Amino acid sequence: MTGAAALLAIPLARFALYPILAKSDDADWSDVGPASDFASLSDPVQKMVTISQVDGWRASLSQKAVYVTKDSQGQLEVLSAICPHLGCQVPWNAEKKAFFCPCHGSVFAPDGARVSGPTPRGLDSLESAVQDGRLKARYQYFRQLLPDKEPVS
Amino acid sequence: MSADDEHEMTEPSVPAPVGKKTAPGSALREWIDQRTGLNKLIRAALDEPIPGGARYAYIFGSGLLFVFLTQIITGTFLALYYVPSVDHAHTTVAYITKQVAAGAFLRSLHVYGASAMVIIAVLHICQTFLYGSYKGRRELMWLSGSILFALVLGMAFTGYLLPWDQKAYFATAVGTNVPSELPLVGNTVKILMRGGTELGTLTISRFFVAHVFFIPGLMLLFISTHLFLFRKAGPAGPPSENPLHPGLPTEPFYPRQVIKDMLLALVLIIILASLAYFYPAALGPQANPADTQFLPRPEWYYRSLFQWLKYWQGNGVLIGIGVIPPLIAFLFVAVPFLDRRLERRPWKRPVAVGLFGFVLLGIVVLEVLSYYDDAHNPTIARQLALQDQQARDFMHEPFKPEMEGAPPAALSLMASAAPTPDPEGDSALAGAGKAIFESHACMACHGQGGAGTPLAPKIAGIGQKYNADQLLNLFNHPTANMDAGHMPHFQFTPDDVKALLAYLDSQP
Repeated sequence: MTGAAALLAIPLARFALYPILAKSDDADWSDVGPASDFASLSDPVQKMVTISQVDGWRASLSQKAVYVTKDSQGQLEVLSAICPHLGCQVPWNAEKKAFFCPCHGSVFAPDGARVSGPTPRGLDSLESAVQDGRLKARYQYFRQLLPDKEPVS
Repeated sequence: MSADDEHEMTEPSVPAPVGKKTAPGSALREWIDQRTGLNKLIRAALDEPIPGGARYAYIFGSGLLFVFLTQIITGTFLALYYVPSVDHAHTTVAYITKQVAAGAFLRSLHVYGASAMVIIAVLHICQTFLYGSYKGRRELMWLSGSILFALVLGMAFTGYLLPWDQKAYFATAVGTNVPSELPLVGNTVKILMRGGTELGTLTISRFFVAHVFFIPGLMLLFISTHLFLFRKAGPAGPPSENPLHPGLPTEPFYPRQVIKDMLLALVLIIILASLAYFYPAALGPQANPADTQFLPRPEWYYRSLFQWLKYWQGNGVLIGIGVIPPLIAFLFVAVPFLDRRLERRPWKRPVAVGLFGFVLLGIVVLEVLSYYDDAHNPTIARQLALQDQQARDFMHEPFKPEMEGAPPAALSLMASAAPTPDPEGDSALAGAGKAIFESHACMACHGQGGAGTPLAPKIAGIGQKYNADQLLNLFNHPTANMDAGHMPHFQFTPDDVKALLAYLDSQP
C-alpha cells in the first residue's frame, strides 16, 4: 500500500511542480523586418516587434519598440528602446543625430553607446540575426542601473 | 497503510508497561496515544468481528472507498490547472493533457476511476443483494448506500461536462434535456441544472461546484453514515447466517480481510494505472454548439438509459421517464422495508432475486442493444468513427495556448515567423472565405472546415479539383447529385468563390 501511494505520489509531484520545474523557454525570436530594408541604413529606425509571453495555458502578445541601427563595425544591430537608467522609452532625435532620454536627459550615440547623462551604460543591444532574408531579434529585458548589461530572468 | 501502523498492529493489545524500553519511536507514539486514544481507535477499527470469517465477497465496499479517495486526490490536483468557464475549460484541460508533466496520466486515472466507481458500486450492490445483507435492521444502511450510488452517478454526470469538448457538450445537452420531458417541473429542473435555457458558462460553473464541492461533501457525509451504521449493525456474514443474532464463529477484520481488501486495491491500481498509461483518455476538439452533425452519445454507464428513452415517444414518454424509472428506483430503495423476512439465502428468495436479476439483465440488454444499434447503422457508425478520429487528431495536435491581447496583424506576423505555419492564421482572403463558409452554414452538411460528413462529401482542399471559374460554374449549374443532396442554390460572386477556395485549401 505504501508502494502504491508512492506510485501515485511521483506523478502527483511532477504534475504539481510542473510550472516550477519546466524549462522556461528562452526569449523567442521576433521578426523585425526584411533585412534588405536596413541595408542602406544611415540613421537608426524604430520598429515594433511582437513578443509572446507564455503564462501557463495562456500567452499574451505584446508589441515592443526597438531600434535597428549599425554598430561601430557597420554591422546591423537591434537596440532595446528602454533606457538602462530608469526604464523610460528613449526617442531618436533625427536633427541632433542622437537618442535623448526624456526623463533624466541621458544621451546616446546612433550606435547606442553612452554619451552623457545619468545612465550607467549605453542602450542595450538585443541578440539578432538574419534568417531567410529577414532580420530577427530576441527581445529581452535588462536590469537597470548596472554598468553592465544583465538580462532579467 | 504505513509501515508504522503495521508495526503497531503486531504489538500485543495490552499496553506496554511504563518505563519499559521498546523500539525507537514508541515514546512518541505513546505520547500521541495518551492525548488522542489513537491506539484504541485503530484496534476498534481492525478488530471488527466478521461472522463466518473473511471472504473475497466483502471486498467491494472498501474498494469503493479506495477509488473514491484516489478520485479526491487526482481531482484536487487536476483543479490546480482547470478553469471552469466556457472560455478556458477546454484550453486548460488540453494544457493538462498535452503539456503538464504526468497530466495525461492523472486525468486518465480520474476518468477511468469514474468508471471504476460505477462498476465496483454495482458489484457491491449485487453482493449485498444476493447475500441479503440489507436484512436485520439494516434499512438505513441500505438507504444511505442507495443515496451514495445516486451520488456516484451524479459525480459521473457532472464531471463529464467539465472538459467542454464536443462529446461532453452534446452528451450533457441531451442529459439535461431528459428531465424536461416530465410534466410541470420538467422545464424548471432543466433550467436549474443549466443555469439558463442553454448550455453555457453558467452550466460549467454549476456542474463544477456540484462535482467538486456539493456532491463530494454529501458523499463524505453519507460514507460516514454508511460506515457508522455498518459498525452499529455489524457485518452480516454469509447468507446462511442470522442477520440479527449471528451465531457463526467470528474472525477479526485484521489481518485476513484487510489483506483481501488490499489485494483488490492492488488489482485496481494495476488496472487503472495500466489503462491510464497505455490508453490515455482522449480529449476531443472544443465544443462547437453550432455543429449540427455531432452525434451525442453518453458515457457507457448511461447507455442503457439512453437506449431506453428511444422506445418511448409522445405520451409514452411520461411512462418511460416519469413512471417506470422512478418506480424501479423506489422499489430498489425500499427493498429492506418490503422484503422483511430474515431469510437471506438467494435460492429461498425467488421474488426479490428474480426481480433484481430481471432489472439487472434488462439494463445489460439495453447497454448491449445501444452499442449494437450504433454498430449496425452505417450512417451512425461512420459518423461516430469520424468523431473518434477527430478526437484522436486533436490529441495529436500540439498544445496551443490561448492568445490574448493580440492585434490581428501581429498574429499573422507570429504565424509567418513560426516554424510550422498555423493553418488558422493565414491570409485575409481565406479569412473572408471562412466567413462565407460559416455564414452560409456550409458546415451543416460538409462538416467543420469542409472535412465532410455522411451527408455531403469533403470539400477541404477542393482547389486541387476545381479552379475558381470551374467552381463558380458548379454553383451556377449544380449537378444532379448536388440537387439530390439538397444542396442550396447559392448566388456567389467570383470573389466569393476565390475566398472560399482560399479557405478550403487552407483546411486539412
